[in-house]
Amino acid sequence: MAQKHVDDVSGVETTGHEWDGIRELNNPMPRWWVLTFYATILWAIAYCIFYPAWPLINEATRGVLGYSSRAELASDLNAAKAAQGAVVEKIASSSLQDIVADPQLSQFATAAGAAAFRVNCTPCHGSGAAGGQGYPNLNDNEWLWGGSLDEIYQTIAHGVRDPADPDTRVSEMPAFGDMLKPEEVRQISAYVVSLTGTPRDPSMVAPGQQLFADNCASCHGESAEGNKDMGAPALADAIWLKVDGEAGIAQQIVAPRHGVMPAWEGRLGEVAVKQLSVYIHSLGGGQ
Amino acid sequence: MNLYTAPHLETEPASVERIDVQPAHSRNKPREPLYAKRKKIFPKKAEGRFRRFKWLVMLITLGIYYLTPWIRWDRGPYAPDQAVLVDLANRRFYFFFIEIWPQEFFFVAGLLVMAGFGLFLVTSAVGRAWCGYACPQTVWVDLFLAVERFIEGDRNARIKLDAAPWTFDKLWRRVVKHATWIVIAVVTGGAWIFYFADAPTLAFDFLTGNAAVVAYTTVAILTATTYVLGGLMREQVCIYMCPWPRIQGAMLDEHSLVVTYNDWRGEPRSRHAKKAAAAGQPVGDCVDCNACVAVCPMGIDIRDGQQMECITCALCIDACDSVMDKIGKPRGLIAYATLSEYEHNMALATEHGTTAIDPAKVRNPDGSFIDKVRHFNWRIILRPRTLLYLGVWTLVGLGLVYALLSRDRLEINVLHDRNPQFVLESDGSIRNGYTIRLLNMIPEPRTILLSMDGLPEATMKITGITEVPGRLFAVQVEPDKTMALKVFVTLPKEAIASEVNDFHFIAEDRSSHEADRYAATFNTPGAKK
Repeated sequence: MAQKHVDDVSGVETTGHEWDGIRELNNPMPRWWVLTFYATILWAIAYCIFYPAWPLINEATRGVLGYSSRAELASDLNAAKAAQGAVVEKIASSSLQDIVADPQLSQFATAAGAAAFRVNCTPCHGSGAAGGQGYPNLNDNEWLWGGSLDEIYQTIAHGVRDPADPDTRVSEMPAFGDMLKPEEVRQISAYVVSLTGTPRDPSMVAPGQQLFADNCASCHGESAEGNKDMGAPALADAIWLKVDGEAGIAQQIVAPRHGVMPAWEGRLGEVAVKQLSVYIHSLGGGQ
Repeated sequence: MNLYTAPHLETEPASVERIDVQPAHSRNKPREPLYAKRKKIFPKKAEGRFRRFKWLVMLITLGIYYLTPWIRWDRGPYAPDQAVLVDLANRRFYFFFIEIWPQEFFFVAGLLVMAGFGLFLVTSAVGRAWCGYACPQTVWVDLFLAVERFIEGDRNARIKLDAAPWTFDKLWRRVVKHATWIVIAVVTGGAWIFYFADAPTLAFDFLTGNAAVVAYTTVAILTATTYVLGGLMREQVCIYMCPWPRIQGAMLDEHSLVVTYNDWRGEPRSRHAKKAAAAGQPVGDCVDCNACVAVCPMGIDIRDGQQMECITCALCIDACDSVMDKIGKPRGLIAYATLSEYEHNMALATEHGTTAIDPAKVRNPDGSFIDKVRHFNWRIILRPRTLLYLGVWTLVGLGLVYALLSRDRLEINVLHDRNPQFVLESDGSIRNGYTIRLLNMIPEPRTILLSMDGLPEATMKITGITEVPGRLFAVQVEPDKTMALKVFVTLPKEAIASEVNDFHFIAEDRSSHEADRYAATFNTPGAKK
């Protein structure tokens, strides 16, 4: 190296670098700083040895500890599942009534049911279970197939008009368009509307009542209160699932539409269906 | 005792030995490069009023720190009986008769505001008293120094030992010293965890190896910091790591008490005062014995004037006072003084800076100070700045006391279901759902009455409590817990008028006459058009 240059003012050797007469002092780094720097290098080397570090073509180096964030997540999930195990077992072995009566089980089942609902049921019933035209609102107190815990369970487990499940809820309303004259259909519609509102032509109510008793009361009931065994909706209340107004009712009489729901027990398992039942029952309309 | 009168000595003044010591940090020398090796400081033992006061402060502060978790406080069967407890798991903070829930954390924020203004007040009045007496760093360094002195001896013995080769004597002294430090550090870290759990239980679990990992980790970390900061780094923490000296410096003014070397009476300092006096030269009170430098735990020379390193521990005052006593001069050559009185006296001694310091100008022929010399007056502490700090501090304190006395121990929170906003029932009535949270903030079980105010036609049902609609229900709430309720309110068809209807939920404890209400709304699709 060339001759050493010492700065006059500070008495410190310079690096030999000079810019427009300004020289860089060659002060040593503080020792703690240097040691920290070495420590970070050692840390980096150790990290590369113990943990996955270097990206290769197909995968990264694995590291001697065999650590993997994916495996860690899997084990965390397993641990969470194992932690739920006791409660889940209790839910599996308890009746729905016992689950609802036990605060811990009921809280767990409601939360788990809500999660399962969001994944499986919201496409038809909506995220708040409020349904829509043709899709029942699960919050209210009208139930096509019954609103007790066991009835809800049965409906979810085996579905509605699901050809793949022998225990499914089945009933078909005949298409009365072939059996009744259009005038008669209008008369029945007027009568049904008169149960909760005012029909356009009150004179049609009386013949409509007779026609209803002859044709409809066997399923929908003498006073149109509905029949849960047949999934026949109550017609004398404020809730209209598929139609609204006289024209809609007439259309439904002539060519009825029927809702369908798949059976869920085979897909989700008994515990999930139980949890879903508890959740649906807790929404406020449960009976 | 009058600080400014010389003691009457029967005998000739004793000669004062000069201590060979250089300040480790001096503002009269060029700034030391930051990579320079630390100069070791061997503070000499000091004796006097301030040293005794510091022992007292150490006793009190360490006593509070170590003993507080062990104080018991009976809160009945439903709450812990530890007087001061930060219950992180249950999110409760207990302080004697006060229990704080997380949402009441503003009390802690208020205490921090008070601590801030208290520090402003103390600093503007008596300078860096926090640094000098009460700061944990100062207290533990003091304790570690006392241990060091006990094992290795005072200043000279320690310097000698430090320079000595590694003999058995040095080895065992060093081992015992560091071992004692580590024991103190472990106990320090150990005391900390007792604030977070039942102290006797945790102590037993800790010693039998059954405590939580976090307890051992906390103790290990605090042991390391106590040992390293208090035993090894000492004054470097204050000088290089702590932001406080910089902040506190900004809070001082010319009326703040700071440890001051009164060079208006001390200079010119002389080792041979008699000879100089005989030669007709001006002679100050400072005999340049370096006692003030030798006792300084920060390794500075206070005679250089105010400097950031000075934590105002006042040990140099003790050291100098004992020297002044010995040579028959009035105490207070180094003293707590304000900048204003210092500058006034300095102006007297130097004729407003026109001459060199001549102590004769501030003294009468008999050696007493002339009347024009200003001495410290306690009234200077009461000035607008300190009164303002005191006022704000008091206001915040009174506000906290008021908030504490008037706070609710029964609360109700209501969350309105938003999806769906309302449900049409088969009879045409409209139902809204609410999640109601009742907060029973006392450690006793309570019967809370939940009722509705407004919407006279509406009724409510509570899932799990009742299936029969009504407007007033009794709910049992566990001690010191919240209870979540699912409440459905139903409004009959005939009563539906507007889309949004305001009403209140009311939670009430009739036995204690506490009540809380929460404004809620009831949504409907509106009257049928």
